[in-house]
Amino acid sequence: MNTPLSWIKDYVPELSCTAQEYSDRMTLTGTKVEGYKKLDKNLEKLVVGEVLSVERHPDADKLVICQVNVGKETVQIVTGAPNIPVGSKGQYVPVVLDGGKVAGGHDGGPLPEEGIRIKAGKLRGVPSNGMMCSIEELGSDHNAYPNAPESGIYIFDEAVIRELSLKPGDSAVKALGMDDVVVEYEITSNRVDCYAVIGIAREAAATFGARFEMPKVKETGNGEDVHDYLKVRVEDTKLCPRYCARMVKNIRFAPSPEWMQKRLRNSGIRPINNLVDITNFVMEEYGQPMHAYDYDTIAGHEIVVKCAEDGDSFQTLDGQVRKLDHTILMINDGEKAVGIAGIMGGENSKITDHVHTVVFEAANFDGVNVRLSAKKAGLRTDASSIFEKGLDPNNAEAAINRACQLVEELGCGEVVGGMIDVYPEKDLPVRIPFTPDRINGLLGTHISPEEMKEIFKKIDLGFDEETQEVIVPTFRRDLHCMADLAEEVLRFHGYDTIESTLPVGEATTGKLSYKLRIDQIARNIAEFAGFSHAMTYAFESPKAFEKLLIPEASELRKAIVISNPLGEDFSIMRTQPLNAMLTALSLNYNRRNPNVRLYDMANIYVPKTLPLTELPEEREQLTLGGYGEDIDFFTMKGVVEELFEHIGMTGRVHYDPAGDRPYFHPGRKADILYNGQVVGYLGEVHPKVCANYDFKEGVRVYIAVLDMPALIPNTSFDRHYQGIAKYPATARDISMLVPKEVLVGQIEDVLQTRGGKLLESFRLFDLYEGEQVKAGCKSVAYSLSFRAQDRTLTDEEVNGTMRKILNGLEALGIELRS
Amino acid sequence: MNEQLTKLTGEALEKIAKAQDLDALNGVRVEYLGKKGLITAVMKGMKDVAPEDRPAFGQVVNEARQQVEEALEKAKQALSEKAEEERLKAEVIDVTLPAKKANIGHGHPCQIALDEVERIFIGMGYEVVEGPEIEWQEYNFTKLNIPEGHPARDEQDTFYINDEILLRSQTSPVQARVMEQGKLPIRMIAPGRVFRSDSIDATHSPSFYQIEGLVVDRHITMTDLKGTLDEFAKELFGPDTKTRFRPHHFPFTEPSAEVDVSCFKCGGKGCRFCKDEGWIEILGCGMVHPHVLDMCGIDSNEYTGFAFGVGLERIALLKYEIDDMRLLYENDQRFLNQF
Repeated sequence: MNTPLSWIKDYVPELSCTAQEYSDRMTLTGTKVEGYKKLDKNLEKLVVGEVLSVERHPDADKLVICQVNVGKETVQIVTGAPNIPVGSKGQYVPVVLDGGKVAGGHDGGPLPEEGIRIKAGKLRGVPSNGMMCSIEELGSDHNAYPNAPESGIYIFDEAVIRELSLKPGDSAVKALGMDDVVVEYEITSNRVDCYAVIGIAREAAATFGARFEMPKVKETGNGEDVHDYLKVRVEDTKLCPRYCARMVKNIRFAPSPEWMQKRLRNSGIRPINNLVDITNFVMEEYGQPMHAYDYDTIAGHEIVVKCAEDGDSFQTLDGQVRKLDHTILMINDGEKAVGIAGIMGGENSKITDHVHTVVFEAANFDGVNVRLSAKKAGLRTDASSIFEKGLDPNNAEAAINRACQLVEELGCGEVVGGMIDVYPEKDLPVRIPFTPDRINGLLGTHISPEEMKEIFKKIDLGFDEETQEVIVPTFRRDLHCMADLAEEVLRFHGYDTIESTLPVGEATTGKLSYKLRIDQIARNIAEFAGFSHAMTYAFESPKAFEKLLIPEASELRKAIVISNPLGEDFSIMRTQPLNAMLTALSLNYNRRNPNVRLYDMANIYVPKTLPLTELPEEREQLTLGGYGEDIDFFTMKGVVEELFEHIGMTGRVHYDPAGDRPYFHPGRKADILYNGQVVGYLGEVHPKVCANYDFKEGVRVYIAVLDMPALIPNTSFDRHYQGIAKYPATARDISMLVPKEVLVGQIEDVLQTRGGKLLESFRLFDLYEGEQVKAGCKSVAYSLSFRAQDRTLTDEEVNGTMRKILNGLEALGIELRS
Repeated sequence: MNEQLTKLTGEALEKIAKAQDLDALNGVRVEYLGKKGLITAVMKGMKDVAPEDRPAFGQVVNEARQQVEEALEKAKQALSEKAEEERLKAEVIDVTLPAKKANIGHGHPCQIALDEVERIFIGMGYEVVEGPEIEWQEYNFTKLNIPEGHPARDEQDTFYINDEILLRSQTSPVQARVMEQGKLPIRMIAPGRVFRSDSIDATHSPSFYQIEGLVVDRHITMTDLKGTLDEFAKELFGPDTKTRFRPHHFPFTEPSAEVDVSCFKCGGKGCRFCKDEGWIEILGCGMVHPHVLDMCGIDSNEYTGFAFGVGLERIALLKYEIDDMRLLYENDQRFLNQF
């Protein structure tokens, strides 16, 4: 919300402080000031000038020479403006004198920080002392000053000259209403009363300890009674707790006076005419949206407030046709709908230039209903965004009376006497028991009950001494309980004045959950292995499945869909972490980063049913990915095993190349099995998938994924020291001729199962395929180490175990090489 | 005889002193102490000495021999030390040649900031817990005093799966979940991803991290909240950091506040990081609304609590002077390498 400080001062006349002080103190009492703008920034030596004569420039067709009365003297100014023709005179214009400053150029471009200094000089040989200004040069625009020409010098209106009794030499800044500061507030949604100038003014008065004066509204209206003109019937008083209507006859359109235009303009609202300006003014001032209907278009001179019927449609005054249903509250006349309650009026009853009689509506609508209706109708307006916060029904009457008073004051029409008021259940002040001890208990303060009561008084809360209750006026719709009062007390006692203490009481243990400890170790291992932490989005495009070659029928395609995504690219919750990793790697590759290793530690989302009827499983995945030098399948496998070792997963790990992983190279992939259960997978990314992620042909990309929830039950931090061997080991090497299809893993299975207790360790030391080896075979050599904890092994013992191993190997079709 | 011996000894010592290498030394040893050496020859002359003089003679010759031997030994050691020195000299390396690094990976700035925040609160006795990212609207809103139709439901542009299930727009639902478990007192922080329908730009992301904090116990006060966050700010941003509490509104806390810290770049004087304000907003907080306590099964007449929520990206961006939020989610290795 933007409000000029001058308007606040209308209701807090004693307020005297700099804009900075105002901002700081208001922020600290809870009316947050986002910033402020001085409208006269960079406007110096700016006066009202009267053009006395305009003559042709001897050497330039487009320039004219003006004599301008600037008060104490007459100066000569050369201008090229198109709206000061030769021979004209008498115009009142803003003039910047020699040595003064303006805010910007005449093109209305961005304003330079320091403004533009104007100096006397010569234009095509003719001296020019100062400059007549366009509205753009003064830092504003045609929107704020609709009377300003599209191009040319700003010329003051006759009415303004009269209203302000302008004379040459007067301050042009003042005459333009630029002697003001516009303050931008961030109003929280609970303080509907502060979406109004008087609400902010009340806070300002309390903050600065100054007097607050409500606008004085006197009784208005002629001798007639509005009830003789119009009937109002509210069918749904829950959705429309109050409906006030008044009427104005003999509408006379004219521009609003400058004082009102200034208020609106400086609030960011374009002045239009007296009638529109009045409703806008009252909206700003009281925070009550109003609507005006053309009485002559109201069929039966009757207003009926009721919900639409399913399938109805309605053309709002912006020309759009809106679909309605039975939950949307409508304003109707005797025959048809004329407006969507609290949102927008209809094309059929809108005010035209030919209007004679106007019906003012100031109503109160249920906030939730307005919010939902606005959503359904696809139309969120200034009015609806205010109504949906839930307004004070008692404010409607005050606002409509204020509007009628302004109508009379501005001579905009003849107000008909009386007000139609459908208000079956009056909204009454809330009463909250005053419990100063509990307030101090919650705040940790020692504020006296007297100070608390003083604060309540400052913000217009009443107090019932007899019942010891705080009486909350209906405009404060946010106060209901002790904690609410505590905040009011603290706001004005000062948030920054209270002590800093630390909680006392039962001690608690600070710790990470077990899962988070494992996560931390996993991150450390990944980083030690050279992978950097990447963070990726949880949602992605359904196109990911095609890019990853995931078949139509795959379970992975059963993804949770966001109903209102940012776009298709962010529309499903990921069921695999590969797309995010490949996207990150691809970005690096395309930025020519040579060797990249990344890891990601984040969830995939596995629905139990679709559509979702319960929360899905969120499974955290450790995903490692990389490309470049010194990385291959076995690098990835190494990280997996390092991690297992460090989180106490000492059981048997198997790598099964048969798993169905279409995104991987068919001959370079494996499921990772721990004690027979799949806990992850790794592989070289399929060249087609690489191409889908814009890698050049031949670039090899590797990914390993570990399913953290599958790992965690297998982790352990129990360690048992085994003793360092005292007896010597016996080494035996075996060299084998192995059929190609037999995996080294199978050989190791034999070693492990048949080696028994005596086989301490084994190590692959040679693997060879080539010409010297029998066709269809590879040469494999292992070094085996045998040892017992309690004795030196004899050759016979070792030979026995070796025989068992060799028998096992022979069963795989392996020949021993001598 | 003695004179001859003294002369020979003198000659030998002189030659030892002049010897440049081990060969030369060996030559001296052979010349004087070898089987046919000059001093050995004198020893051999023992047989010509009168028997009563032999012990004295033997002692003199031995002393001379010993003197030469010691000198030889000393010279030998000096020479080998010199040789070693020269060998080492020849092995000089250019210590400014490039290091052989293990190429350890780098942490993500958000994770680094999160670890830091966790460390601070664990030190104050807080447990770190987690909650689901896909959440019931009831936990994300209703149980946090944001009933159906409340304007706050619109303020946080929420991603919905359906009417009942959404992507959590805040970490606050973890508060409700922990309170419902009913184990008191509570001191917890809950870091995690949250989602809001903001288009990606330099200061917005549809997915970001929050850290929720919650303390519930008897006699927890607003001053405790202030003291706790003062400590937190000093730990995170340095001991001279000041905090400023401003009134604010959150539906699930009352009273509520926003907290600014004195700008840790300029110390509060005003600079481009704090937009010349001297203060930087870092978090929202407040006393848990009694209605929220009651809805979660905690008696608000007996217990009070405070809660706070910190935006992690904001802290990371400020702390590491990162000027564009998009960098955090691009994962350019050149970016990550800087942390």
